[in-house]
Amino acid sequence: MVEHASMWLIPLLPLTGFLIISLLNRRLGHGAVSVIAPGVVFASFLLSVWVLIQLLSDPNKALTATGFTWFAAGTLDVSFSLVADRLAALMMLVITGVGFLIHVYSTGYMHGDEGYNRYFAYLNLFIFFMLMLVMGSNFLLMFVGWEGVGICSYLLIGFWFKNHDYNNAANKAFIMNRIGDLAMILGIILIFVHFGSIDYQDVFPAAALQEGQPIITWIAILLFIGAIGKSAQIPLFTWLPDAMAGPTPVSALIHAATMVTAGVYMIARSNILYTLSPLALAMVAVTGVATALMAATIALRQNDIKKVLAYSTVSQLGLMFVAMGAGAYASGMFHMMTHAFFKALLFLGAGSVIHAMAGEQDIRRMGGLSKHMPVTWITFLVATLAISGIPPLSGFFSKDEILANAFATNIWFWVFAAFASVLTVFYMFRLLFLTFRGEPRMGEGVKQQLHESPRSMTIPLILLAVLSVAGGWINIPTVFGGGHAFSNFLVPVFADSQRIRVAHHVSHTMELTLMGIILALTAIMIVWAYRVYIGLGRVPVQDESTLRGLARLFNRKYFVDEIYDVLIVRPLYGFSRVLYEVVDRSLIDRIVNGTSAVVRGLAHGFRTVQTGNTGVYVFVMAAAVLLLITLKMLVL
Amino acid sequence: MNSSLMQNGLALEHYVMLSTALFAIGVMGVLFRRNAIIIFMCIELMLNAVNLLLVAFATFHGDTAGQVFVFFIMAVAAAEVAVGLAILTVLYNKLKTTDIDILSKLKW
Amino acid sequence: MTLYAFYFLSFLAVLGALMVVFSRSPVTSVIFLVMTFFTIACHYMLLNAQFLAAVHVIVYAGAIMVLFLYVIMLLNLNEAVEQQKTLLLKIAAIGTGGLFMIVLSAAMRTAETTYLDTTVAGSARSLGKVLLNEYLLPFEAVSLLLLAAMTGAIMLARPRKQKPAAKDVGALAPEPQSKVEQTESVAHEQ
Repeated sequence: MVEHASMWLIPLLPLTGFLIISLLNRRLGHGAVSVIAPGVVFASFLLSVWVLIQLLSDPNKALTATGFTWFAAGTLDVSFSLVADRLAALMMLVITGVGFLIHVYSTGYMHGDEGYNRYFAYLNLFIFFMLMLVMGSNFLLMFVGWEGVGICSYLLIGFWFKNHDYNNAANKAFIMNRIGDLAMILGIILIFVHFGSIDYQDVFPAAALQEGQPIITWIAILLFIGAIGKSAQIPLFTWLPDAMAGPTPVSALIHAATMVTAGVYMIARSNILYTLSPLALAMVAVTGVATALMAATIALRQNDIKKVLAYSTVSQLGLMFVAMGAGAYASGMFHMMTHAFFKALLFLGAGSVIHAMAGEQDIRRMGGLSKHMPVTWITFLVATLAISGIPPLSGFFSKDEILANAFATNIWFWVFAAFASVLTVFYMFRLLFLTFRGEPRMGEGVKQQLHESPRSMTIPLILLAVLSVAGGWINIPTVFGGGHAFSNFLVPVFADSQRIRVAHHVSHTMELTLMGIILALTAIMIVWAYRVYIGLGRVPVQDESTLRGLARLFNRKYFVDEIYDVLIVRPLYGFSRVLYEVVDRSLIDRIVNGTSAVVRGLAHGFRTVQTGNTGVYVFVMAAAVLLLITLKMLVL
Repeated sequence: MNSSLMQNGLALEHYVMLSTALFAIGVMGVLFRRNAIIIFMCIELMLNAVNLLLVAFATFHGDTAGQVFVFFIMAVAAAEVAVGLAILTVLYNKLKTTDIDILSKLKW
Repeated sequence: MTLYAFYFLSFLAVLGALMVVFSRSPVTSVIFLVMTFFTIACHYMLLNAQFLAAVHVIVYAGAIMVLFLYVIMLLNLNEAVEQQKTLLLKIAAIGTGGLFMIVLSAAMRTAETTYLDTTVAGSARSLGKVLLNEYLLPFEAVSLLLLAAMTGAIMLARPRKQKPAAKDVGALAPEPQSKVEQTESVAHEQ
């Protein structure tokens, strides 16, 4: 643990950016903000690189930045300090790196919007909170970041606040997160109760020396429920598709690359707790695989370009949780990183498309865009290849590792996860073909003004495409003779877990077999999608109400929103109405008004004592004095 | 002087009785009469009863503080009389009477 | 001898007090009150408070009662017939007075009656010593009080620019509301 106070700059620079932009909002021109906001994030990125370099030398090294004691209550001592070990450094790089690219992209995408400054203020604030989440030295600071990114998510989803639907979506996101956060708080409380501290350096080494106990399982499960809310797993995932109401770069940054991965980070950070409770691990894996499959099926039948990507995100997050549940924490983190690259790229590409289509998001009205937007088309293709797991792109390595670990845990995990991955290929290529290839289906006016996006938008696309291609090469598995550098890099973080429970290993032949099966299925899917959407030129139906059976089920998202509405939302509204009418109006208001009426009545009665007649007054005075003296005498 | 008082059979209780008698008569006067001036005079009577008792205590306890207190009470009584009578005069000018039952403006 | 003096003086004091309360004419009340004051001054002398006795006579009998007399004469109250309270109220007043006496003397029955050997000299010198040493602040404060009272009295009794006319009295008369007694309305029109 090496103390480096300059580490404070990493989160504080974006915070400063936020403060400057928000306090000087009206007085700053768009140009100034376009420099400040991405600038501070880039500075944080450079500092994060420096941190990484510092950590390369020694596996167990971690940089700390001690702050002040936030509060000390009883035996609980919470300090406001940062710690950057290899896991945190990885996250910091992803956050600031991808964040920077998205900031640059946003200068083009949000150009001319009247809320430009406000947007970048929120975005900087988000980077600050996300960095606090990953750099905090104790669970409470993580939670501060957790809540903070939730707030920024709310602010950014409802960015165009004049639209009520967007505000509802923002509310939905925040409230659903809150449900998970309640469980998270309970988990943190339990951690304090059991370990006597919530600081990482107290809890984790202590846990490593313990056996698995029920309370640790409880802690792990409660924390995971928090992750369910934040990372959009079943049953708290319906906010993520609705969150697409926000600007597309926001969807890229928050709902693909960073915020939703907070849950994965949390599990990776607390890996020892999960290793000690197989039940929690099983729960994580089951939830993950179920979510992955369900979301993939829903994405098959979505017609909004962003919604497809949203469900894809949910599905990929499920796969990450499958990896965590299988005890392969490093694989989960690896997929998180590659997913950040290609999913951000997909979203930014979608943004580019929407930008060119003058706001149109329905893929049924797109088509043939590849001619007009070559850069977007190529990068989107690269991203689609990556997410489909085509070698040697990054997605191939990360997804493959997850599937191998799933197989090692339980064959059924592998079956369902593989099924979800295969479906992913299909719906992603469906999206690609319907959007960029085939005959143009848009109106003539829109067609005339189709244009490639400005450089501020295309350069980040290109950079992300490079990362999507090359990002996997740092973790080439041993089956191909690679050095598995990424996983080795993270070994110190997961060392204690590995000691207690050695991750299963698949033999190399088995791994190659599995890879082969998946690749074959992937190829079949691509060909099938090509045949349907290009060869036959089929387009999804305009009128969705005519769908029947499974298609309808998928298109209507398994009716989950409707179920929640009936089961939860309506009863709550009814309950609150009862409380308002009965309790508040009839009971409480009556009590309050009644009290004042009683006081007024009493005062009215007592007033009449003041007759003004001096003779009476004197008599009363004399009588009172007599009474007082007598009483005093008798009492004494 | 205490000893000579004692030798004469005078005890504090005598003065207590006298003082309370005067005080009670003063109270009675305040409640009995309707003329504001007479009531004022009865108040002076009450004050004097208290003065007497204070001096008696001062003598019997050997503490001069009682007499000093009487001194102050006299000063205050004088001030009070001055102001009170001035008020009564003004009141009489307005109402042409000093009957306290007519002075009843301070009511609800 | 002292005891006889005490009883005589007490008798005079109580008699004077009773006459103050029960006499019909205000001037007579004043005279009897002066008599009471003189007896009390004699009591002071019995109690060896000579200075206080002198001051008592000067202040009370010499100043305060004179003031009372002035006011009574000024307001011509001597000739006015005072309204009487109802018999019930009078009996109640007497009863209250009696009760007061009983209660007060009962309250003071436990008064400490230790006799100390030190004699309290009531001369001006000894009183002055205590007054101007320990009680200097109240002493000065009282002078302020007297100043305030003087100012107040002068302010109040100043002749106004416009005297209220006799008719105004009617406007100021109270509405009949007193449960104690109905008064005849405003009397004394000029």
